[in-house]
Amino acid sequence: MKAVSAENWGMLMSEPINFHFDVDGENFSSAGEASVVVKKKLRQLGFPPDVIRRVSIAMYEGEINMVIHANGGDADVTVDDDFITIVLKDTGPGIPDVSLAMQEGYSTARESIRALGFGAGMGLPNMKKYTDSMEIDTTVGVGTTITMKIALNS
Amino acid sequence: MKLSELCEKLSLTVIAGDTDASFDGVYAGDLLSRAMSHVEAENLWITIMSNINVIAVASLTEAAAVLLAEDVELVPEALEAARTKDITVLSSPMTVYELCVKIGELSL
Ligand SMILES: Nc1ncnc2c1ncn2[C@@H]1O[C@H](COP(=O)(O)OP(=O)(O)OP(=O)(O)O)[C@@H](O)[C@H]1O
Ligand SMILES: [Mg+2]
Repeated sequence: MKAVSAENWGMLMSEPINFHFDVDGENFSSAGEASVVVKKKLRQLGFPPDVIRRVSIAMYEGEINMVIHANGGDADVTVDDDFITIVLKDTGPGIPDVSLAMQEGYSTARESIRALGFGAGMGLPNMKKYTDSMEIDTTVGVGTTITMKIALNS
Repeated sequence: MKLSELCEKLSLTVIAGDTDASFDGVYAGDLLSRAMSHVEAENLWITIMSNINVIAVASLTEAAAVLLAEDVELVPEALEAARTKDITVLSSPMTVYELCVKIGELSL
């Protein structure tokens, strides 16, 4: 019995788990839904609360950015032995000056969006702060792909 | 402190959810990405924001409850989301400042 469960465990861990989400750009009512689902799944998988919290913050900020700045996109979350990897890909306007966009307080959110509570200019800084690595691949007029990793067993 | 006790002491209205849980800290503020990183699990979050995104942030941060100041009303879709996500939402005519002072006086 022991050997079987150990084998099952090994199979579980060697097989990365993927979650894919289509993030709707028009729909503010569902904004954050993908993050809520990911959080629920991670909890079912038994990850510690601090890992779940960091993934939730990073994913939420990235998801919202795609909704408010890029008209939606794709979100992919992969869980393997070493990392939780979040990839957010959009075909929005791109970010002309990444180091400026990374500054706390910098925001181009328009007034109607700010009225909802967005636009503190803290999303990208939060994503950086709560993950172990973050890469921004962006081209003006083409889109933005952000890859974030949260290390496990560290 | 139990949410039910807070509701009783400050005459708060329960808009959604139950007041069985306890809270062990408070965050006051309206900017969502600041709330996202500062509201800790089991915290009470005081805000005047009342759209559906508040419910998403409360859910992700595992806030004990959202306390709406100045009697702001949840928009219907936010109320619906609060109910389906099981988020406790309270409300008061007091300002954020007045609520913070009153809760500070209760000394958690
Ligand atoms: N996916 C994206 N596509 C295009 N521009 C983006 C994208 N993500 C961020 N930006 C740009 O970077 C700026 C800073 O983003 P950040 O998330 O830090 O702040 P914000 O979204 O404006 O406000 P907050 O996240 O605090 O609500 C944005 O205002 C926007 O100009
Ligand atoms: Mg943002």
